[in-house]
Amino acid sequence: MTVHSTSPQFKQNAARALNDDQLQKALNNVKQGFIDKRQMAADKLPEFEALRDASRDIKNHTLEHLDLYLEAYEEKVKASGGHVHFARDAAEARDIILNICRETDAKTVTKGKSMISEEIGINHHLEANGIQPVETDLGEYIIQLRNELPSHIIAPAVHLNATQVEEDFRRVHTHLDAKRDLSEPVQLLTEARAVLRERFLAADVGITGANFLVAETGTSIIVTNEGNGDLTQILPKTHIVLASLEKLVPTLEDVSQLLRVLARSATGQELSVYTTFSTGPRRSTDADGPENYHVVLIDNGRSSMLGTSFEEMLRCIRCGACMNHCPVYHAVGGHAYGWVYPGPMGAVLTPSLIGVDQAGHLPNASTFCGRCESVCPVRIPLPKLMRHWREREFERHLTPATVRSGLKFWGFFAKRPALYRLATRVAMGALALAGRRRGHFAWLPMSKGWTKYRDFPAPQGETFQARWERERKGQAA
Amino acid sequence: MSVLPSQGRPAKPRVGLFVTCLVDLMRPSVGFAAVKLLEDAGCIVDAPVQTCCGQPAYNSGDRGTTRDLAMRMIEAFQGYDFVVAPSGSCAGMIKAHYPELFEEDPNWRAKADALAARTYELTSFLVDVLCVTKVDAAFNGAVTFHDSCSGLRELGVKTQPRKLLASVEGLTLVEMKDSDVCCGFGGTFAVKYSDISGAIVDAKARNIEDAHVPTLLAGDLGCLMNMAGKLSRDGRLIQVRHVAEVLAGMTDVAPIGAAKADAIK
Amino acid sequence: MSARDDIFGNIRRSLGVNGSETIRRQIVADRLERAPKGVIPKRGQVSGEERIALFKTMVETSLATVTEVASPAEVPQSIALFLRNHNLPATLRMGDDPRLKAMPWSDTTLEIAHGPSRGSDLNAVSHAFGGIAESGTLAMVSSADNPSTLNFLPDNHIIVVSAKDIASDYESVWNRVRFAYGKGSMPRTVNWITGPSRSGDIEQTLLLGAHGPRRLHVIVVRE
Repeated sequence: MTVHSTSPQFKQNAARALNDDQLQKALNNVKQGFIDKRQMAADKLPEFEALRDASRDIKNHTLEHLDLYLEAYEEKVKASGGHVHFARDAAEARDIILNICRETDAKTVTKGKSMISEEIGINHHLEANGIQPVETDLGEYIIQLRNELPSHIIAPAVHLNATQVEEDFRRVHTHLDAKRDLSEPVQLLTEARAVLRERFLAADVGITGANFLVAETGTSIIVTNEGNGDLTQILPKTHIVLASLEKLVPTLEDVSQLLRVLARSATGQELSVYTTFSTGPRRSTDADGPENYHVVLIDNGRSSMLGTSFEEMLRCIRCGACMNHCPVYHAVGGHAYGWVYPGPMGAVLTPSLIGVDQAGHLPNASTFCGRCESVCPVRIPLPKLMRHWREREFERHLTPATVRSGLKFWGFFAKRPALYRLATRVAMGALALAGRRRGHFAWLPMSKGWTKYRDFPAPQGETFQARWERERKGQAA
Repeated sequence: MSVLPSQGRPAKPRVGLFVTCLVDLMRPSVGFAAVKLLEDAGCIVDAPVQTCCGQPAYNSGDRGTTRDLAMRMIEAFQGYDFVVAPSGSCAGMIKAHYPELFEEDPNWRAKADALAARTYELTSFLVDVLCVTKVDAAFNGAVTFHDSCSGLRELGVKTQPRKLLASVEGLTLVEMKDSDVCCGFGGTFAVKYSDISGAIVDAKARNIEDAHVPTLLAGDLGCLMNMAGKLSRDGRLIQVRHVAEVLAGMTDVAPIGAAKADAIK
Repeated sequence: MSARDDIFGNIRRSLGVNGSETIRRQIVADRLERAPKGVIPKRGQVSGEERIALFKTMVETSLATVTEVASPAEVPQSIALFLRNHNLPATLRMGDDPRLKAMPWSDTTLEIAHGPSRGSDLNAVSHAFGGIAESGTLAMVSSADNPSTLNFLPDNHIIVVSAKDIASDYESVWNRVRFAYGKGSMPRTVNWITGPSRSGDIEQTLLLGAHGPRRLHVIVVRE
């Protein structure tokens, strides 16, 4: 494990989140905006559903031939003058990156937004070795100032309100006039732009992630709205691309399909503002761009997901639509999930990467409402995969003892229809009698979880099967 | 969703009512409402001895118990032309998940497929298979309708209950905001993650209240008990009923979670 | 064992393959060679005036502005007017693009600088490789003619695109890239630009001009 996980404390995290007024206010921004915009974008493109199918198929095809596409990709990167490094795990990736930075004698490193860089915890590693990493995506910059993890994969600071950002800027940007006005979001943006502009120009190395890698041409692709990823990669002497293995796609045609669903699913845009295709270092015919181009291909658990039911998760293109549509995410936000990836995609991916013993709560904390799957651009069956994690937990006896014994008790009766009918007849009769006056219970033994927030409706009394037997069985054919 | 061509349908289809655990135990009137609707539509209805489809075990990761119960269900419902449940969640369990349970057992897989193919949620069966366009019922007042997740996303139940409600004399449907967003029930989720479930149902209750109607309807008793329990806890005087009760004109019983005297007639 | 060998070994073990299967290699080689097209939205599949009209509409949807001139000779005046209308200084940076260089800049009082940007330029002009009507996107290729820094560092970015280079879809632009650079090869950087820089990171409020240009102005040149 690389980044410390608080996933085992999911329940406590969630309880804290539910009582955090600032967070709850900020989460309101997720509930409507993203959902409406995605729907409008989908409605405007009649081929959207067909593109989702195509995107799923492209990813499946690539994963089934991943070894061969990786070979082709590697060859192309080398041919264009770039370097490809393979990292089995986070520690190897960190060392490779540090070595490249040392080779160029780097003092500061600018960074585009990259979830894999969060996953491998590169920032702390660079800092510990005397190199200053500077996040340049506005949201990432804000959370770096606060020493937090992103709470959303495309909107890292979605858990914060403008007043909190203002406080951070005043705390950190001490070289600026203390009396300046920062009451409007645009003033915060302007300040960050000016501060980061200097960082861009001074950086020795730029690190970006990759939304996709193209085997046909050895190209890495980043998608941003701010342009920070581009300034990160064209200004410094060295550009390092961090990418997990599953970012690969075969051709420019294939990536064009995926790009058609990515922004629409994420922000509801036709296309993000900047889609950048980078191939190798600057050419002799170029007037700018990096002199060195490195790609660090990181496995960190992916190759073991292939060939299992969790292979489907490797289709994920990190659009964030699943969390934007998740009632649980809406309620508790991203930090409660306790590691790098929140929401439904995190609930499936995190146990694969840090172990279901650590992250077991995540696939359990779902109502299985299925809204995530219904919007996933690559049609990942997220509820099904969460259920698969529950099955693995059950097989490994990680399911809590109370749940296991409850299931056993209920299963015992459910498998014995006669006993079931007798027991339920007695129990429901008693319960109905007890709840007769109000029609519901504000408290019931062993039901605290339910009755803490809601009453428990009383049963009508006689069970359906008892009444059916009494009224109908005689006349049935 | 598969819609059976009407010519392939028996004149008087034999329907096995999958009553579902919650209806069986908590609110049998929903089951009898379903029976009335099916019989009015020309079906011969039977309710074989049954317990549970296994969904709680399935969603808790216990495939072994799930398979045991699924086999019982498959056997209990052999011989009916159709199997109908007043629940999208329970019908969805059979339709969307039973086949997957028997991936490695071709014999049972075939039986699971066959059951899945003839299993329907109640309103979807009435509208999509029996082509029912109106019901013989009256209900005085405005209602709002919550789309339960499994029915909506696994079975495509959305327009069917609305079509039937539109034919109920005196009833007007007022759509609430986010009717297709989860109520926070999620089976054992409501108990295991009660804080989160409480927050989700709180948001749902506010949307229900904002519709400013006296009655809330839905097609799944789990969701209904969750929402009714929340509304009652918050002292909101909204009566909650299963859609089948209204469609069958059987609203003389007390609403969910209310004492008999609370029933607004 | 090297990390590379280990990773390939693990992938192949998981997939149950050894990597030398002729059929798999053929499938992959074939796809890379043929680059089959997928679903291409009908929206962009129009030609002539209709395509240009769609392009302009989509450019505006992306919150950029767009204007049209009859010939390259009118571009300098059009840019001078744009800068004046927005109370911007009459300065302009550009690369060595021969199409831009051939324009009559002396007709204007614009102060022209050449070469990549170092971050202090307010205004820059670039010539696009092509436009994409489907989404109102400009396709830019890097070179000394049109340095990539001009796409990002200036506050106001003006992009000139020839009407004849406006394609229906992304795939058509890739075909032109392949024709110009060879199949399987790419310029160092291809930038697809769809509107001015923006961020929604503060309370999900859309603000223009995050790190890149605050304004994007597109000039379509009819020949």
